[in-house]
Amino acid sequence: MADDAKGGGGLEFHPMDQFIVKPLFGEVGDPVHWYTITNATLWLALAVLAIIGLMVLTTSKRAVVPGRGQSIAELMYGFVYKMVEDVTGKDGIKYFPYIMTLFMFILCANFLGLIPMSFTTTSHIAVTAILGFGVFFAVTILGFVKNGASFLGLFWVSSAPLPLRPVLAIIEIISYFVRPVSHSIRLAGNMMAGHAVLKVFAGFAQVAAIAPVAIIGVMAIYGLEVLVSAIQAYVFTILTCVYLKDALHPHH
Amino acid sequence: MAENTNALGEVAVGAPPGMPQLDIGTFDNQVFWLLITLVAIYFVLSRVALPRIAAILAERQGTITNDIAAAEDLKAKAEAAEAAYDKALADARAEAQRIAGETKAAIQADLDVAIEKADADIAAKAAESEKAIAEIRAGAMDAVAEVAKDTAQEIVAAMGGKADAKAVAAAVDSRMKG
Repeated sequence: MADDAKGGGGLEFHPMDQFIVKPLFGEVGDPVHWYTITNATLWLALAVLAIIGLMVLTTSKRAVVPGRGQSIAELMYGFVYKMVEDVTGKDGIKYFPYIMTLFMFILCANFLGLIPMSFTTTSHIAVTAILGFGVFFAVTILGFVKNGASFLGLFWVSSAPLPLRPVLAIIEIISYFVRPVSHSIRLAGNMMAGHAVLKVFAGFAQVAAIAPVAIIGVMAIYGLEVLVSAIQAYVFTILTCVYLKDALHPHH
Repeated sequence: MAENTNALGEVAVGAPPGMPQLDIGTFDNQVFWLLITLVAIYFVLSRVALPRIAAILAERQGTITNDIAAAEDLKAKAEAAEAAYDKALADARAEAQRIAGETKAAIQADLDVAIEKADADIAAKAAESEKAIAEIRAGAMDAVAEVAKDTAQEIVAAMGGKADAKAVAAAVDSRMKG
């Protein structure tokens, strides 16, 4: 192998290799068509299965006094439902299933990505960009459908002094169009960075002298990543709620 | 091409060095499968999981509400029962007082009758006794008169006179009256 010839010192870092999309069946170098079943497909499917397991199988008994699994499902439901209700108000409740879909997908994908040797679908900008821009377009279209032209009042800060308003409007417009970018890069960046750092620490573990430090580092970063996985799902969801609230109630 | 592949290790052909995230060649694949995934999750959640959990939560809320209502009901019943108990107790106490009063009155009446009867008896007895005493006294007076007459007769006889019984008796009688 070329690697063996090159890495004479023994230290090999491939922190980004874990993010490579490759066909699940067949050779490594096979082309990836749009329909090809890849490792990304596998872990997306596992996320669906995890959600089915978490939300459907646990609640199959419909117990009035919930068991452990059902409690988790109810907790998720209550958590997101309350978030939607608190942030967007009563009229945002009908979009709850969409927001729940986003939350559950991101949460499950993030946690599945923490399994060693797994593939983190949410670390890919292609995935998070679809989510982020999907939310952006949905919310923008919804805003115009619900409010018509008065949706543009979102950019006209009527509480500010009149001379400042055009300046603020420009800032508001810029920030509005930056939303989907920050929304998607925040998630992908967090996931990618954490996993890459894990891999770098794991790479240092190849050297016996610093292996204990590296392994403790891996453990510490892993704990942090568990936190980040949940928090990023939460952040993505609550920002979606905030954007939805802007679409439903554009006036400050 | 071979050089590139060597330098990147096992990176797929066409992938840029560094970030696989920026390999535009895989985007259509990821987007396609992501959309399928999202649609699948949406249908699983909106058709099965969320209505089911909402039903469970509503049912639980209903059960709790019913239980609270039932508890309120039972509490009201307990309070009613306590009020009834208190009323019964008060009634019984009043009844007892009434019965005691009645009994006391009846006893008093009986007692009065008995006392009256006893008084009458005592009065009758006293009258009887008085009568007997009067009789005895009268008897005694008669006896005294008899004795006086006899004595007077004897005294007259002893004096040597001829005692006329009738005259002596009349004299004693008149003297005794006097």
